Amino acid sequence: MSEALSSIGEADRLDRTAGLGPMRYPRCLGGIVRREALRWVHQRSRFVSALVRPLVWLAIFAAGFRFVLGVSIIPPYETYIPYEVYIAPGLVTMILLFQGMQSSLSMVYDREMGSMRLLMVSPLPRWFLLTAKLIAGVIVSIVQAYIFLAIAWFWEIEPPIWGYLTVLPALALAGLMLGALGLVLSSFIRQLENFAGVMNFVIFPMFFASSALYPLWHVKEASLTLYWICQLNPFSHATELIRFALYGRFNLLSMGVVALFLLIFMGLAVYGYDPGRGLIARRGGPE
Amino acid sequence: MTMMPPPSTLDRVSSRPALSVTEVSHGFGRRTALDRVGFTIRPGDFTVLLGPNGAGKTTLFSLITGLYHCGQGRILVFGHDISTEPSPALARIGVVFQQSTLDLDLTVDQNLFYHAALQGMARATAAPRIAAELDRIGLAARRKDRVRLLSGGQRRRVELARALIHQPTLLLLDEPTVGLDMESRGFLLEHVRRLCGEQRLAVLWATHLIDEAGVDARAIILHGGRVLADGPVPTIIRDAGVPTLKAAFDRLVAAAPAVAGDRP
Repeated sequence: MSEALSSIGEADRLDRTAGLGPMRYPRCLGGIVRREALRWVHQRSRFVSALVRPLVWLAIFAAGFRFVLGVSIIPPYETYIPYEVYIAPGLVTMILLFQGMQSSLSMVYDREMGSMRLLMVSPLPRWFLLTAKLIAGVIVSIVQAYIFLAIAWFWEIEPPIWGYLTVLPALALAGLMLGALGLVLSSFIRQLENFAGVMNFVIFPMFFASSALYPLWHVKEASLTLYWICQLNPFSHATELIRFALYGRFNLLSMGVVALFLLIFMGLAVYGYDPGRGLIARRGGPE
Repeated sequence: MTMMPPPSTLDRVSSRPALSVTEVSHGFGRRTALDRVGFTIRPGDFTVLLGPNGAGKTTLFSLITGLYHCGQGRILVFGHDISTEPSPALARIGVVFQQSTLDLDLTVDQNLFYHAALQGMARATAAPRIAAELDRIGLAARRKDRVRLLSGGQRRRVELARALIHQPTLLLLDEPTVGLDMESRGFLLEHVRRLCGEQRLAVLWATHLIDEAGVDARAIILHGGRVLADGPVPTIIRDAGVPTLKAAFDRLVAAAPAVAGDRP
């Protein structure tokens, strides 16, 4: 009996000294976030292009379409709004989507370069490592979203001041969902040749078949099929969640859909990175 | 001040094997990469895993580190099954991968602290460990430099230092000397052998370069996913009835039945 107890004591002591106590979780998360932030700071061109892209949409596309597309009064807006104001939340969501895809692409790159292996030999559970990686990416994308919103203020996108605060949880949830989608793609796709493939097959379809550029009632008038595709597109709901939150309003349906897709994507990602069941084992050879 | 001995200390005096691989087979589709591989490494052993490219070395490493699921056979690290108890098993392993896994844009320090965080170490605990390991490989002065500025040999040394920060008791090196000049190769080999002797670190050193197995080493010859020989280098040479390890290796490979190996 006492022998058994002492061996439990020994195991416990082993675990604590090896950095296996509960504190290892926040330490590990902190390390992963710090690395993501450092990489982001070092890759200035990535940062600039992530910012220029939505600004081009805002400054050129939205200006051009301002007089083509009429936006009637729809919630959460209380007055007629210029087109720029309508598409701003969609552009914020696009920043989150781009960042999610960027980090998924960097995961594939990481896997080829081996640093994914470094992450996977950590003694912490794999689901935690993936979640930490996801959170790190979302923190970076939220910072980008705020920088965009700050610049967009000069285009008269002036939500109420508290809107900048209420949008934060929406950005976090939508960012997690789109980042988790990136994780799924990175675990299931062996090689993403370049970003063009992701642009063509993920970013553009998700962006265009959504409520980011036009209100869905407009789409419904044009095509009912397209309307339903847009309705089922999680990007639409991420956009609406952010749009409502930016004006201090809460959209329950969108939040539910975004949360549901987050769970689905995260489940698939953990499955994809599981050495026993997922695709790493079946993929057909060492990487 | 009373301090608990770190697990590494207990492992070093432990009677449990550092690594025990039993009847491990692994395939990719119909291709067999490993066929009933088995061996044991004790604390303080320096073992060279010798095999040509495609022998199954990297697959074996991927199984030991839990990157692939070990479906057939068993892998124990100090008694912990990598399939059922990955956490304590991985905490005891240090790995130097075949490909460089350093972040070129980050400094040496940033890379090493990142690894320490992945191991769950506090920064305050990691700092003296990092300083000590960098000092040992002679790169303490370069710690604030970006890895991009380091030579290939220096990067390898940093990777070795990184693998040792969390004081593992089993060190795995997958083709660590590929692409290095003679001097860097010699440094790395000598450094690891010294650690083995001084700290009773168990080492599995995979290579296709036969001369890296010195006469006093133990070698496991892996070919086509099978262990063809396992023992002290002089014994392998004697058993094969030839004068050198190279000749013994050639003879064993020639005598082995052809099997489908994996790609490198």
